[in-house]
Amino acid sequence: MRINLSRKKIKDPFVGKVEELSGQNLLACYQCGKCSAGCPAVSQMDILPNQIIRYAQLGLKEELLESKSIWICASCFTCNARCPKGINIAEVIEALRQILLRKREDHVKVDKLSDSEKGDVPPIAIVSNLRKFTS
Amino acid sequence: MKLSYYPGCTLKNHAKNFEDSTLCSLSKLGIQVEELPRWNCCGTVFSLATDDLIHHVAPLRNLIRTKESNSDKVMTLCAMCFNTLKRANERVKSDPESLDKINDFMYREKIKYEGDVKVLHLLELLRDEIKFETIAQQMVKPLKELKVANYYGCLLVRPQEIGIDDVENPTILETLTTVLGADPIDFPYKTECCAAYQTVDKPEIVAERTYHILTSAQSQGADVVTVSCPLCAFNLDQRQKETQKQYPEFKNIPILYFTQILAIALGCPEDTLRFDLHYIDPKPVLKEKGLI
Ligand code: SF4
Ligand code: SF4
Ligand code: SF4
Ligand code: SF4
Repeated sequence: MRINLSRKKIKDPFVGKVEELSGQNLLACYQCGKCSAGCPAVSQMDILPNQIIRYAQLGLKEELLESKSIWICASCFTCNARCPKGINIAEVIEALRQILLRKREDHVKVDKLSDSEKGDVPPIAIVSNLRKFTS
Repeated sequence: MKLSYYPGCTLKNHAKNFEDSTLCSLSKLGIQVEELPRWNCCGTVFSLATDDLIHHVAPLRNLIRTKESNSDKVMTLCAMCFNTLKRANERVKSDPESLDKINDFMYREKIKYEGDVKVLHLLELLRDEIKFETIAQQMVKPLKELKVANYYGCLLVRPQEIGIDDVENPTILETLTTVLGADPIDFPYKTECCAAYQTVDKPEIVAERTYHILTSAQSQGADVVTVSCPLCAFNLDQRQKETQKQYPEFKNIPILYFTQILAIALGCPEDTLRFDLHYIDPKPVLKEKGLI
C-alpha cells in the first residue's frame, strides 16, 4: 500500500481529536509491536494495532476511518495490558469508531439484522454490540 | 452474612443456570442474598471515550440502588457487569469533577452518589470473605476425576486496576476447582478473548476463536470448560454449532458456569443447574464421573 505523508496531515485537527477522545499521548509509542503480537484479532485486521497508532501519529485519517480493523477489535484490553509505554491502544481504536459513530455512520444497521441474528443471541450480546457499533 | 446482589439482564433469561446455581450455592454457604430493588441494565460495556459521561449513569444508578438498600457493597456474577460497574465506580472515584456532572444528570435521585460503594465479583467474595476453606468444609460431593479447563476471558482480569487476579496468569478459578476436588488443567487460551459481541454480526470470527480456545483445552485433556460470563458462555457453547460447520474435525465439549460445578459439589439439586439451557449437554460426562 502506498502512503503519502505530509506536514498538513500530521497537523490535521484529526490527530488532536483522537488524542482527546482516547486520552492518550500518541507520540509515546515507539513501535515495538507488542500490542499487535498479542492481539487475538490480527488475522482479520487490515491495519495492525501498532500500525493504527503510527497512522494516527501521522494523521492518516482516511486510511484509519476506512479500515476494517476498527470494527474487528473487540476491546479485549490485551494490548493495553502489555504496552511497555502504558498506551491504551483499545481507547485509541474506540476514538476512531466514535469519530464515525458521532456522524451517525453506524457499523451495524439494526433493521438489516435478520431475525435469527437478533433472536437467538442473549441480551448481553445485543446490548454490547449496539453500544459499540451504533451511535 | 447478608449481601446485595446485582443480577444484570442476561442472568434472568439465557443465563438462568448461572443465577440459580449461584443462589443455591450461596444459601448452602449460609449467605443471605438480597437482589437490588429497581436495578437497571448496566449497558454491558464501560465507555472508553473520555468525554462520554452519560453512559456511566446506568452503572452508577445501580450503586445508588445499593446505598438505598442500606448496603455499601454489591456483588455481581456476570463478568461484563462486574467490569462495567467497577470501572465506572473507579472512574468517578478518581475524578470528582465528572462525578459532579454525572450526579447532575441524575438530579431526580434522592441521594447523591459519592463513590462509596464497593463492587465485588462472586469469586472475590468466595476467596476473601466466605473463604475457600468454608467451601471445603461444606462440600458434600467432591468432583473427583473431573478435568476442568477454567476460561477467564477478558473482563474479570483486564484492565489490571480492576482485575480480580493476576492480569496475565490468573489462578483463582484453578484454586477453587482444586478445593472442589476436581483436576484443573492449564491451557494457553484461558484469557484469550472469545470475540464477545462480534457474535451478533460476525459469528464466523467467534467460531474461529471458539475453535482455538476449545481445541486447546481438549488437547490438555479437559472434560468440561468453565466460564463466568454469559457472553463467553453463549460463544463457547451455542456457537459450537457454527464452529462444527467451519471446522468439520471439531469435537464438542460441554461448557459450564463455575457456579454449576460449585453447586454440584455443595449438593444442590439438579433443577438449580438448568441443563436445559445448554447447547452441548453436560449430563453425559457428569454422569460418567458419578456427579449427577
Ligand atoms: S505496544 Fe505500545 S509502544 Fe509498542 S507498538 Fe504498541 S502502542 Fe506502541
Ligand atoms: S483491544 Fe482490540 S486491538 Fe487490543 S488486543 Fe484486543 S482486539 Fe486487539
Ligand atoms: S452486562 Fe448484561 S448481563 Fe450484565 S447487565 Fe449488563 S447487559 Fe445485562
Ligand atoms: S471473553 Fe469475550 S465475552 Fe467473555 S469477557 Fe472477554 S470479551 Fe467478554
